[in-house]
Amino acid sequence: MSDINIKIKDRDGVVHDIEAPTDMAMNLMEVVRAYELAPEGTIGICGGMAMCASCQCYVHSDHELPEMSTDEDLMLAEAFYVEDNSRLGCQIHITLDLDGLEIELAPESEV
Amino acid sequence: MIKTDILIIGAGPVGMFTVFEAGLLKLHCHLIDALPQTGGQCSEIYPKKPIYDIPGFPEVMAGGLIDNLAEQIKPFEPGYTLGERAETIEKIEDGSFVVTTNKGTTHNAPVVFIAGGLGSFEPRKPPIPSITDYEDKGVEYIIRDPEFYRDKKIVISGGGDSALDWSIFLSDVASEVTLVHRRREFRGALDSVEKVEELYKAGKINLLTNAEVKEINGTGKVVSLLIKHKEKGDIIQETDHFIPLFGLSPKLGPIANWGLEIQKNAIVVNNALDYQTNVPGIFAIGDVNSYPGKLKLILCGFHEATIAVQFAYNIINPGKRYVMKYTTVNGVTGFDGETKKAEAAVVKSIG
Repeated sequence: MSDINIKIKDRDGVVHDIEAPTDMAMNLMEVVRAYELAPEGTIGICGGMAMCASCQCYVHSDHELPEMSTDEDLMLAEAFYVEDNSRLGCQIHITLDLDGLEIELAPESEV
Repeated sequence: MIKTDILIIGAGPVGMFTVFEAGLLKLHCHLIDALPQTGGQCSEIYPKKPIYDIPGFPEVMAGGLIDNLAEQIKPFEPGYTLGERAETIEKIEDGSFVVTTNKGTTHNAPVVFIAGGLGSFEPRKPPIPSITDYEDKGVEYIIRDPEFYRDKKIVISGGGDSALDWSIFLSDVASEVTLVHRRREFRGALDSVEKVEELYKAGKINLLTNAEVKEINGTGKVVSLLIKHKEKGDIIQETDHFIPLFGLSPKLGPIANWGLEIQKNAIVVNNALDYQTNVPGIFAIGDVNSYPGKLKLILCGFHEATIAVQFAYNIINPGKRYVMKYTTVNGVTGFDGETKKAEAAVVKSIG
């Protein structure tokens, strides 16, 4: 099996235990969309290029995550509700190492 | 009142390509977009990102695709209402539609295409308590007229091109410009960052990095801001205006109240036939629509536009026969009368 288990708390506070494939080049933002855990149009607006921060999430488990790129870092510098454990879901690729990951979706930005 | 055959709401790639396909059927188009330029997300969010799944283009920059589309549709002389958001739609006696923008511009057409993508782009508002109470009372998210800030004290926050460029521009207009950013690094273009640094060193811009605006104070209008600085602690900054420039985010907006069937922030269409909505005469194409198996891809939007204009033709020209023509056969004749077509083969006899 190449699936891993992830716990995702959605924006309404509901925790979902989901299985994410590691062999489909998916990232966390796409997993959230695939399971429809946030309304379409409110997540992954830029498609996953670290250019909108609509997929910001808080990482609660102590998994070792891929290092933050400059693009991600500077996008988070302009995002709202940012915490020390904020990451952009689109920049976290689903790998076997992330089994048991626990994340929470950050609130949606007001427009 | 602006009159046209097909009124297109949304001047992104799909809206733009509609002009071409409609033009082949001798239908005129007019585009409305909330952004001041064409291209939608391709221009606003990722103009310098390459796209790899446009058929026939192994790689094309999003901005380049928009430039190409603009050139492709130019012979069909589309009209544009840019920088205005389509606000209301009304069906009038003759069965056509009147669409009015937030600035009061009216448009009339027998057919409306909604190619609005994820919606109209609206400024992102920082989560500062009571910020909405100060809107137009010293808080502005968009700079409409720089002269409005002449000899005023202003605070701009943000770290992208918009915050940098306006800080540079307004340093010659306002009496005092303060740029506040959460980091020391900026996301904007390098030359803009360097220019801001130069102006900071020359004392023409106050730069507060590692800092964030946390509160707005004032009765009835902005008087000062509470800025939290990582090292210096709380700073009270007196100002006449606070301009947060954190980019734009799409919102379905007024279209959601047009009586169209909406599902998951998208407009439900009949994809088995014509991409028409539940309101006859209103079509929805591209990322804004929803149907079983929908894929939000530019190439799928191009297909939807092509199909939908054939049906729009029937609404606009009831009973008038037409068959689809290949552009390779007769070329493309624009409304300017010019025809682009293949050069005739040179016939040369031998012997």
